Amino acid sequence: MEKIRIENLSLVFGKNKSKALKLLESGKNKAEILDATGCTVAVQHANLSIDEGEIFVVMGLSGSGKSTLLRCLNRLINPTTGKIFINNEEITNMNDRELLNIRRKELAMVFQHFGLLPHRTVLSNVAFGQELQGISKAERETQAMETIDLVGLKGYENQKVSELSGGMQQRVGLARGLANKPEVLLMDEAFSALDPLIRSQMQDELLILQEKMKKTIVFITHDLDEAIKLGDRIAIMKDGEIVQIGTSEEIITNPANDYIESFVENVDRSKIVTAASIMFSKPKVARLKKEGPAGVLRIMRENGVEHLPVVRTNRTFLGYVKLTDVLRLKKEEAKTIESIINESVMSVTPDTTIENMLPLLSKTNLPIPVVNGENHLLGVVSPTSIIAESTGMAKKEIHEIIQKAIEL
Amino acid sequence: MILGQYIEDAINWMTANFSGFFDAVNIGMSSLIDVIESFWGWLPFYVTIALFAGIAWWKAGKSNAILTIVGLLFIYFAGFWVETMQTFALVLASAFIALVIGIPLGIWSAKNETAQKVIRPILDFMQTMPAFVYLIPAVLFFGLGTVPGAFATIIFAMPPVVRLTSLGIKQVPEEIVEATKAFGATPGQLLVKVQLPLAMPTILAGVNQTIMMALSMVVIASMIGAKGLGEIVLQGISQLRIGLGFESGLAVVLLAIILDRITQNLGKSSKKK
Repeated sequence: MEKIRIENLSLVFGKNKSKALKLLESGKNKAEILDATGCTVAVQHANLSIDEGEIFVVMGLSGSGKSTLLRCLNRLINPTTGKIFINNEEITNMNDRELLNIRRKELAMVFQHFGLLPHRTVLSNVAFGQELQGISKAERETQAMETIDLVGLKGYENQKVSELSGGMQQRVGLARGLANKPEVLLMDEAFSALDPLIRSQMQDELLILQEKMKKTIVFITHDLDEAIKLGDRIAIMKDGEIVQIGTSEEIITNPANDYIESFVENVDRSKIVTAASIMFSKPKVARLKKEGPAGVLRIMRENGVEHLPVVRTNRTFLGYVKLTDVLRLKKEEAKTIESIINESVMSVTPDTTIENMLPLLSKTNLPIPVVNGENHLLGVVSPTSIIAESTGMAKKEIHEIIQKAIEL
Repeated sequence: MILGQYIEDAINWMTANFSGFFDAVNIGMSSLIDVIESFWGWLPFYVTIALFAGIAWWKAGKSNAILTIVGLLFIYFAGFWVETMQTFALVLASAFIALVIGIPLGIWSAKNETAQKVIRPILDFMQTMPAFVYLIPAVLFFGLGTVPGAFATIIFAMPPVVRLTSLGIKQVPEEIVEATKAFGATPGQLLVKVQLPLAMPTILAGVNQTIMMALSMVVIASMIGAKGLGEIVLQGISQLRIGLGFESGLAVVLLAIILDRITQNLGKSSKKK
């Protein structure tokens, strides 16, 4: 279900906004508009739809407009044109009172440098949102204590936040965001100021929390690894434009342009790319009932292969047959290949990552069958393509290496 | 000079047309000063000394408490107690009024770009115009005495607290302001719960500066008849009595140091040194 929708949102900083906007409509780019009007285009023509319960990551380098876009969602910054809907309610035309209400009830925000009140305790920082709503001290502190427990800060509630480490402070920031029980959590580079170890720990904890809470999270980051780890879907921004939206696998296997390609170049693909996207989906098969040894031999010769997967007529995967066995059967003039099917073949599901397929290569040199839940054969993944994906080498190079190895 | 002529005309016009207003201000201010002055005059000197020392101990530590006792005893035995209390009352009254006007002005100029553009040059003017110059219109508006002295003091002492209040509020990190807004704070809540508490150390530095400037001005204000230590300093100058001038000058310095030490530490939580 759709939670947040952004329609054709543009944001221009500067004095001559209307002129800049006209130029933007006429298709001028950011640099041309800056030259002509002195205005900076921070976000241009953004369109997004974010589903309920997903972690949606907006990724981009600094100056790409990602934080600005996030601030439009709770109108810390007002967009120049365009509309934003949350729960199908238009945020962009709300008056001050309605806006205050939606900020208090539905949207919470977590900041890069925490944005906590240094002169207050952990408890009163976490209860701050409810304090603003005028909820009684006893009630808000009871709720705050629950949230403090949730983020693992129990025992620290009476410390001043300025006495805590960065990681702890961001837990307070997160707890403050959650204390209001908002439906949407806006996280602006929330873990970027933390050191790597703590950052990865916080990412794990966020994912665990999200399992329980199922909030809609909009997460801003400049770190692709973080985006991939957290994001159900990712939007990549450059110069105020959303260049591509998709799952991490879609972006990595099918980058929209050179910019994204260069961006995702160094990603560890083996953790993201799955069998589904590298399998050969119409492999030649031997059908158990239809083909006898002679038929199977013909298919093998036509395709120049020494192994064939065997399926039942309904595509249920049975195993592999080997060329030498088929030849032997043919000599014996057997009617069926049933006796020579090697059933001890490891198969994988379409969402198996390359990382998890790699160990199989040590046990077999056969193409790895990909099957669905009902054991129907969907395709095969050749060992060469697994190596190609995980090393980034061309398939041809790998063939040469294998050939040389065999010659030795 | 034509400009001087205009200003003279304007002041004369104001004196003639707003005399009712100035009279009201005169009565209000003089009764405020009278109340404060008679309170400190009524309090026996040892109680006053104990009170000051207690506050100094609480806010600024033991050594400052001792300094306070020694300083005030010196003033008492030098025979300037009554004048010192008059001066103190005048400082208290003028600084109070300067703060009541100055802090809101500072908040306003921090929040409003236009207000800041208007207020800043006025503050420059107020701070750099030689202090004696304020005495002239003050006399024309209020006649001779303590009230015109207080009036000139208020004008002279207000700029630091306005500037530092404004600075303090602007120095609150943008992210904290954003966070407060993001959780649905009204502008009033933002000011009271976040901006003022975080700006407090800077604002109190402004309060301290305002009090110190008020003290330096009330001495000058004795030239138009304000009572207090300034009178004795003036007497020392006009009669060329070096000893008297020096002693009374020293009393001003001691009062200044004591007020400074106490107000400097207002923002900090109580501590023992």
